[in-house]
Amino acid sequence: MSLTNDQLQTVAHLARIAVEPEWTEALRSDINGILDQARRLDDPRLNDLEPMAHPLDQVQRLRPDSVTETDQRETLMDGAPAHEQGLFLVPKVIE
Amino acid sequence: MSTSDTQHRGGDAALINASIARLRDGLVAGEYTSADLAAAFAQRIETIDPSLNSLVSRVEPVEPASSTGRLVGIPYVHKDIFCAKGTRTTCGSRMLADWVAPYDSTVHERLSRSGAVLLGKSNMDEFAMGSSNENSYFGAVANPWDVSAVPGGSSGGSAAAVGARLVPFATGTDTGGSIRQPAAFCGVTGIKPTYGRVSRYGMIAYASSFDQGGVIAKSAEDCALVLGEMAGFDERDSTSADRPVPDYVAGLDESIRGLRVGIPKQWFSDALDPAVGDAVSAAIDELRAAGAETVEVDLPDADIALAAYYLLAPAEASSNLSRFDGVRFGYRCEDPKDLQDLYERTRSEGFGSEVKRRILVGTYALSAGYYDAFYRRAQKARRLVTDHFQRAFEQCDVIAGPVTPTPAFDRGAHSADPAKMYLEDIFTIPVNLAGLPGMSVPAGFVEGRPVGLQLIGRHFDEARLVNVAHQYQQRVDWHERMPSLAADSANDNREG
Repeated sequence: MSLTNDQLQTVAHLARIAVEPEWTEALRSDINGILDQARRLDDPRLNDLEPMAHPLDQVQRLRPDSVTETDQRETLMDGAPAHEQGLFLVPKVIE
Repeated sequence: MSTSDTQHRGGDAALINASIARLRDGLVAGEYTSADLAAAFAQRIETIDPSLNSLVSRVEPVEPASSTGRLVGIPYVHKDIFCAKGTRTTCGSRMLADWVAPYDSTVHERLSRSGAVLLGKSNMDEFAMGSSNENSYFGAVANPWDVSAVPGGSSGGSAAAVGARLVPFATGTDTGGSIRQPAAFCGVTGIKPTYGRVSRYGMIAYASSFDQGGVIAKSAEDCALVLGEMAGFDERDSTSADRPVPDYVAGLDESIRGLRVGIPKQWFSDALDPAVGDAVSAAIDELRAAGAETVEVDLPDADIALAAYYLLAPAEASSNLSRFDGVRFGYRCEDPKDLQDLYERTRSEGFGSEVKRRILVGTYALSAGYYDAFYRRAQKARRLVTDHFQRAFEQCDVIAGPVTPTPAFDRGAHSADPAKMYLEDIFTIPVNLAGLPGMSVPAGFVEGRPVGLQLIGRHFDEARLVNVAHQYQQRVDWHERMPSLAADSANDNREG
């Protein structure tokens, strides 16, 4: 299974990563190298195994639905590139 | 004793190479204060780190937050993936180059509570993706044993810093080998605990079902001491293990007579550099000499493990790293023309090539039509590899083998071929797939570059791992050796 240029563009769009044209070919070849290794997963011994999502086959722990954190909106927003009055600023979305 | 006395004393060598327990004794006996100790190590960082680039930030030491903890006054550095409130936390990325953590990770909170003194944040492969520490926005890190070699990755800065004795210990994280491989390359001891043993709260996520924090230190004894302070249940991490933490130090002196050590025969194959194989075999002979019995075990399919990991981890990364969108954290591109442009250029400029490569691989593996062929298949492979370990542990108590196929490679050696770089992780990744605890223990040198012995335990059997490693370290002195650093005048125990 190898990735075509069109597929690479689609994936890059899904990931919201702009891929510079001069990098496209090298990147495609790198990714195909990685996907080549994935052919090892065609091994028929895998067919009947139960997929494993978590190393300890743990179930999700639940906690009481109660407020545990205090409001730190301003502090947490300080790391944002642009914010004002408790809102994140982005380019205009609606004309 | 004043700071200047500490620096002038030839005893600097003794001090900087001392165990944490010895440093604590000196503090308690009043031979020096915690400020003296912090100053002595800070001075070493100042002198030596310019040639290594192991740290990305320095932190002004503060008085220990505790006077009764087991690490009071002991200096350390955090891998720059752990949030410590008010410190810049970059994860080795341009994306977070100026980001200041607004809260403490649980690991930081616990180490502070036990009195440890933070001196800086260590360099790392960007977002913990890499095996050579060449993927950092802040530049590559040099191996203290040979500056033309890589220190390993992704906790390369932490391993190099401890290797050069810039600090007694450092934190690290291990997703596919990122504590054990750099520890092996830098001649230091590292432990990656069982998945869930150390809280992931405030540790920037790469692949959440693999990521595990741990310790890099000089010896197994030091690792045991620090791990005991870091480990334990945390309700703020939904995958944290709710089980008691044993006293890892208490069991260090137990004899390993009768211990069954499993030797994975497939790991001693053509893929392994023969000289590394010899060093590891000699280490296993020492375990035998200490009374352990060895038994051959089967751990096949390392290639399948590798293939599975390099789909699963990128898949998880593609989801975890979607939060870096130029809106809520860190970097934003200049003059975005619309929201789409903001996202795409921010992420294209903010992430380095390896991170982008993995996000793209992960996005592809999770995309419609490919999920079953890649992601689900890889999850089945995870089961296969875990089953192999389970069967092996029916015959033995710990598994011993190499950490890496070769000693540290030259800087730039693998940068042209990511798939080849991934082969570096062939002996460490299976352990992460199964969520088992693993250690790297210094076991000699090949042409002046360190070699590590890997010890792997059953889930939550860290106490046994540090016990075995400590018993080994009672018989050898590899972990006591210090690199000969050009800038280092305080070294009378150097390796030639």
